[in-house]
Amino acid sequence: MGLLIALLTLVLVGLVLAIVSAPLRRARASSSSEPARDLRAPAGAGASVTPAGAPAALQAARVREELEAAREAKYREIRDAELDYRTGKLSAEDYRAIDADLRTEAIEILNRLERLKPRDA
Amino acid sequence: MAGFGFACLVLALVVCAYGIWASLYGVRSGRMEYADSGRRSVYAFAGVISVAVLVLEIAFLGNDFAFNTVADTSSRTTPGLYKAAAIWSSQEGSLLVWAWLMSLWSSLALFLTRKRIRDVAAYATAIMLGFGAFFVFLMVAYANPFATTDPAPPEGVGLDPLLRFPTMMIHPPMLYSGYTLCTIPLAFGMGALLARRVDAEWIRAIRRFAFAAWLFLGAGIMLGALWSYSELGWGGYWGWDAVENAALLPWLTGTAFLHSLMIQEKRGMLKVWNVSLVLATGTLAIMGTFLVRSGILDSIHAFGGHTLGVPFVILIGALIGGSIYLVVSRREMLRSEHRLDSLLSRESMFLLNNLVLVGLVFVIIWGTYFPLISEALTGREASVGPPWFDRYTVPLALVLVLLSGIGPVIAWRRATLANARRNFLVPIACALLTLVLLLSGFPPGVTSKPLALAMFCCAAFAIASIGQEFFRGTRARRAMAAEPAPLALVALVRRNRRRYGGYIVHVGMAVLFIGVAASSSFQHTKELQLSPGQSARVGSYEVRYVRPTATLTPKFDTAHTGSTLSLGAVLEVTESRAPARHVATLEPSEGFYSSDEASQGSVGSLIGGQPVSHIAMNVGVTRNVWTAIEPDIETPALKRIVTVGDKTLPPEDGIVAVAYLAREYLKHPPPAEFNLLVSPLVMWIWVGGLIVVGGALIAIWPAPSAVRRRVAARSRARSVGGLARA
Amino acid sequence: MRRLAGVGAGCAGASGRLRYFAAMNPSRKRTVRLVVALGAAVVLASALIYTSFSAASPALTPSQLLREAQPGRAYQLTGTVVKGSVHREGAVLDFAVADRTGSTAVALSYTGTVPDPFREGREVIVTVQKQGDRYVGEQNSLITKCPSKYKTAPPSENQNS
Repeated sequence: MGLLIALLTLVLVGLVLAIVSAPLRRARASSSSEPARDLRAPAGAGASVTPAGAPAALQAARVREELEAAREAKYREIRDAELDYRTGKLSAEDYRAIDADLRTEAIEILNRLERLKPRDA
Repeated sequence: MAGFGFACLVLALVVCAYGIWASLYGVRSGRMEYADSGRRSVYAFAGVISVAVLVLEIAFLGNDFAFNTVADTSSRTTPGLYKAAAIWSSQEGSLLVWAWLMSLWSSLALFLTRKRIRDVAAYATAIMLGFGAFFVFLMVAYANPFATTDPAPPEGVGLDPLLRFPTMMIHPPMLYSGYTLCTIPLAFGMGALLARRVDAEWIRAIRRFAFAAWLFLGAGIMLGALWSYSELGWGGYWGWDAVENAALLPWLTGTAFLHSLMIQEKRGMLKVWNVSLVLATGTLAIMGTFLVRSGILDSIHAFGGHTLGVPFVILIGALIGGSIYLVVSRREMLRSEHRLDSLLSRESMFLLNNLVLVGLVFVIIWGTYFPLISEALTGREASVGPPWFDRYTVPLALVLVLLSGIGPVIAWRRATLANARRNFLVPIACALLTLVLLLSGFPPGVTSKPLALAMFCCAAFAIASIGQEFFRGTRARRAMAAEPAPLALVALVRRNRRRYGGYIVHVGMAVLFIGVAASSSFQHTKELQLSPGQSARVGSYEVRYVRPTATLTPKFDTAHTGSTLSLGAVLEVTESRAPARHVATLEPSEGFYSSDEASQGSVGSLIGGQPVSHIAMNVGVTRNVWTAIEPDIETPALKRIVTVGDKTLPPEDGIVAVAYLAREYLKHPPPAEFNLLVSPLVMWIWVGGLIVVGGALIAIWPAPSAVRRRVAARSRARSVGGLARA
Repeated sequence: MRRLAGVGAGCAGASGRLRYFAAMNPSRKRTVRLVVALGAAVVLASALIYTSFSAASPALTPSQLLREAQPGRAYQLTGTVVKGSVHREGAVLDFAVADRTGSTAVALSYTGTVPDPFREGREVIVTVQKQGDRYVGEQNSLITKCPSKYKTAPPSENQNS
């Protein structure tokens, strides 16, 4: 019984180590074979960065995520406002004013996203 | 195998420690492979704990009484399904289940955010693993589910008969799921503050987790109320017991959070408020977990080793202190971007709703912890009862229902007053119509309960207001897309799930409150003794005790709960007004179980265990007729049978005396105590709950990506058009 | 340009005070709102706190009850049911409740629903009033705690009359 328990425990420990260390092993393998490629950069943050620039890549990813989410939220607001108008909660005048406000804010977000576009070809 | 189980716990602890270090190191140094490793530690933690749970379940199903937990809560005669469920009926087992559920939800949450908000997720990982480590530590140090006794006892004590009900199988896991899910938003909230990032992306992620927590917790609370009503012997569904309240508190703050989050999303306001709410929800969930296990409050529920109290107090103290520190030190980042545009806006209504909900939370916290407060302030422990709770929560609930009818009519940002006034006409008319109908005496006696009356009118207002929304929305959609009405309705809901799902949730709550108001204000009760042939009048029904019943041994026990003997009655329920139509035949009973006390004899031990009441109920659309019986098993004649049997019969023949007792009971039935209740509209409480769940599912269901892309494309085109205009 | 609150703009026939409020500059309006909200909160909180102390019934052990009970006031008696003290006569249940140490016991008469877990040796909480020499349990106020082992039984047998 004791032997069985020890065996099972060992197997479990092995599995855990394998799962947990996979990212570390991958990073080490890639950094030794291709020093220029940065695996840490999340999809879409682009460009080749040195390990020292990893926090910058992270920061860029953050800003992009934030703007994309803000854009989705703004689109939703525009649709909500239209629904409010069509269900009779807003007068035409009020609706036009709110809609204009929202679109301006949306365009601002779109512009900022444009400027963020990754420069890698 | 118990050794293996314990080894799993130790391994889990090690994995937690590593994961915490790895995620923190990874996010601070920018080396995200370590943060990934930390995330995978959570997966590994979940795996290891699952193995531990498996080991324990196998022990239960295999009747391995060497395990103390199994011996204490299961037995060979416990039905199979209850054996599997017995794991969460003990202190150690429930800690394991808690840790297991936490690990599953944490894994899911991290899996869903593995590509986004990775910095926040890394901090959140550390916090979630911290919770995991805490619970595993409790098990390793204080309450080990894998403790064994050698030699193993031949038979276990068995599951408490009070717990042998199907709803008891679902209620704890559901409630634990709710509690553990509340820690996920907490972790992501703290993570966001640590990563200094409380933005739109965080909102999107945390909303899903908060919604899931809210849904499961709400379902757990509802199931608890349903269980209490349909299985227990007091006929009520809510008693303001400390433990009920403890589950309600995080649900209330969660509700507030879901609403005020929308304000932050639209206007960048209330950031401090929102993070505080999310942190409070998680902390209240931990406090609720703690309450059930400590002895600090005198509740039916509050037992468990006092040794657990100290670690929990430390954890809760750390949570509160940490939260306050984080919010204060990050207050610059949490400044509002805008102010409220207008008081007449949906944002204002949400703010009001939040204030009422927080007010409710304070009332309930005060009342629940009052024994501790009064002891600290006056040296004397005192407690407040349900009437005190009702006095404050009912008016607040009225305001909430009212707001849920006002909100839909007001537009976002700023509403046009003239339009709003016009839109209120129909809902107000409906409310007034309801008032007139009720005042004219339609259900008798309704004018004597003004609060119930007010609730009915407010609910009518809310339901009419929301109905109007659906009508107008469908009409607007038809104007745009020329579809037949039913299709238009479906399309409308599909394209605006959050809004219309939310409306359905509010309708469900209104229906629920109608049920609560009716059943608590207009209930008829009778508690009395009846002999066979006698009858009693309850409400507008006549209940007649026709004849007694007695069933023997688990094989014949219709409730399938393993009682040795079941004594009951056949009751005929008829309408008391002519014609006296037959309504139902009910058979309540009381089950007598075998006991584990050594002092009782061979007969006494068969029926000396804790008796459990099996109520009988006739469910109707307008009212429930609920009956419970307490048969008298201690008449001189019956007692004599037991004493004689104890003295003369060997244990294996004890059942003969019980059979004789049953026959004697049927031949000369003594008068029995009956508890009879007629409660109006109870069914609608559960129906309302189901509607809430349905609405919530609609609201959180992700829109099919095709719809999202179409919508996004159209909006983008229009925005570009706007650019051209400007 | 951001318009002022729709309240002001649309309230053609509003009272003079409302118009005054609407015409205030936004930060003053915010202060007023904050003061009103805080004021309401303080009022509610005071009402809450005051009534809780007056409506609460103190929890006493049997020895404390014997020493301090005053007729007409309700108390929550907590203790263990004394073995052999339970008698039922019709609708009335007589039993005695003892301290956890077992030293002092109080006998009382109780009417109402008896929770399933009730039996000798179990811990109970019952609301009692002193009437003359006797103690009478309030109807349907008997709560029985499940035995010392941890069990996940949610609230049972609690009655609100």
